[in-house]
Amino acid sequence: MGSSSYEPKSKAAKWFEERLPILGLIHGTLGAGYNAPRNLNYWWNFGSLAGFMLVVQIVTGIILVMHYTPHVDMAFRSVEHIMRDVNYGWLLRYSHANGASMFFVVVYIHILRGMYFGSYKSPCEVLWFLGLVIYLLMMATGFMGYVLPWGQMSFWGATVITNLFGAFDFYDGMGESILHLLWGGFSVDNPTLQRFFSLHFLLPFVLVGVVILHIWALHLPGSNNPLGIDAKGPGDKIPFHPYYTAKDAFGLSFFIVIFAAFIFYMPNIMGHPDNYIEANPMVTPAHIVPEWYYLPFYTILKALPDKLLGVIAMFASILIFFVLPWLDGSKIRSAKFRPATAFFFWLFLVNALFLGYLGTKSPDEILINIGGGLDALTLGRISTVFYFSYFFVIVPLVSRMETTKPVPTSIAQSVLDARKEG
Amino acid sequence: MTTNDRIEHEEEVTRRNFLYVATGVVGAVGVASAAWPLVDQMNPSADVLALSSVEVDLSAIPKGQTVKILWRGKPVFIRHRTADEITRAVSENTADLKDPENDELRAERPEWLIMIGVCTHLGCVPLDQRGDFGGWFCPCHGSHYDISGRIRKGPAPRNLEVPKYAFLNDTTVKIG
Ligand code: HEM
Ligand code: FES
Repeated sequence: MGSSSYEPKSKAAKWFEERLPILGLIHGTLGAGYNAPRNLNYWWNFGSLAGFMLVVQIVTGIILVMHYTPHVDMAFRSVEHIMRDVNYGWLLRYSHANGASMFFVVVYIHILRGMYFGSYKSPCEVLWFLGLVIYLLMMATGFMGYVLPWGQMSFWGATVITNLFGAFDFYDGMGESILHLLWGGFSVDNPTLQRFFSLHFLLPFVLVGVVILHIWALHLPGSNNPLGIDAKGPGDKIPFHPYYTAKDAFGLSFFIVIFAAFIFYMPNIMGHPDNYIEANPMVTPAHIVPEWYYLPFYTILKALPDKLLGVIAMFASILIFFVLPWLDGSKIRSAKFRPATAFFFWLFLVNALFLGYLGTKSPDEILINIGGGLDALTLGRISTVFYFSYFFVIVPLVSRMETTKPVPTSIAQSVLDARKEG
Repeated sequence: MTTNDRIEHEEEVTRRNFLYVATGVVGAVGVASAAWPLVDQMNPSADVLALSSVEVDLSAIPKGQTVKILWRGKPVFIRHRTADEITRAVSENTADLKDPENDELRAERPEWLIMIGVCTHLGCVPLDQRGDFGGWFCPCHGSHYDISGRIRKGPAPRNLEVPKYAFLNDTTVKIG
């Protein structure tokens, strides 16, 4: 971050800049002072979209807090009060609830973009880690937010997820002590709701801090690009402002149309109808499903026959992304020039979506009618094995063995070549 | 002169090392004791701990029926078992059990099976009189429990927990 090229235009700006050089910092980070590769495509739009969603969640969240009551006797009613009585309360709540889903869509695409174009590779490992920390914090925030309306899915989702930590039962009573500490009682109850509320309020601001570090780590080496080669000369780069600010704003306007379509035409499609029933500790809904963004990991949890192993596999399936920079041994970043890598990447994506689909099914449901019939549990096990083999076998081997395509010498050269061909 | 110097110097280093370590230890103990209240406040508070027992009138529960009551925020199952069910529970003591436990140890009076109605997998409430073993079935991830509440099939690791309880007389039980 930061830029020495910043020249304050007005006297006042110059006066201020001498005392606190924050205008230069912004100029060098998101303005004309930051030079980005000239060939960034729309997959590079999703970082700024994620930033936009974080702001939307914080603004709508702060306003919801003005009308919401974090107590088991009142939480459900206060959300209904927001929906029915508060002026535009329905809009704020639907924006916040669908905003969480949109935030995850955008971040998933952002992560997959990084996987495809090798954006995690040296020297961007720390940038990649910070991205994963953002993702983990989002998962925690989204989970605790979903508990706040205190519906049936809120309550039972909280019960199932907190119970995961009871699997760490290495001496007699250890699992139970962990659970009592998490709950502040003997089950999910008022103390749990109140601490989740406090943390749901806090974590998005921690996210803001980590996002700043993420952008700092991005600007030291500079953005990756679809070719995955380093941008060298001035012919390879263009100023972020006005080129990418305009491109990002154009992408944002499309995105907002889609976001609005969810809010106004199908506000409950991502939610579960049972969450409009108030929490009842005596009755479990027939079918507990987490929110869609956790589903692939939920299938991995269910795929293992043992509780502790299931929990370990589930955490491992996320933490494994931290070692991706070392599992991938290729010298070339972008999958554009690595046909086998690209092929397995798409297979990985299809498999991840399938894991998500299986997360909504009961284990014994027959999904494919061949032989004795394949149930969701068996399919989930096959998919889980593929998921882990992708990281432990396919990526390490393919990245070291495949025949790659010739890589252009520079970004400017590849643009000129494309022009000649066209 | 030179030797003297070195000795003085070395002494100073060891003394200083000692002071560093001692300060560090005192600091660490201080931080740990200041942090403890911040962690311990998460544990169940005094009023939550105080709500720890409940009395139930059994006379209203007919044979072959289960009643659910709320104790410490969790459901407790009280099943009035039939003679048939008791025989079945005892005869399955020798079945292939994941968490072996005799029925006699699980029910102080064989006709009253009292258990916490929380699946030992991830905490859902199992459904009464369902599943492959004529006991309870947890719909969340498919755990089957028998008529003694023992885990027979599925991901749950342990039998349904039996809480502490005492019969105050023939028709009243105190749970907790
Ligand atoms: C990373 C950003 C955030 C995410 C992903 C997120 C996610 C969520 C989710 C999924 C819900 C449940 C919505 C529903 O089904 O009703 C929720 C509820 C809530 N959130 Fe957030 N949130 C974020 C930031 C914030 C912030 C910064 C605040 C306040 C300062 C906040 C306050 C609330 C409140 C009061 C509710 C309960 C009302 C309701 O259920 O609509 N959130 N949040
Ligand atoms: S909670 Fe009962 S089977 Fe998972």
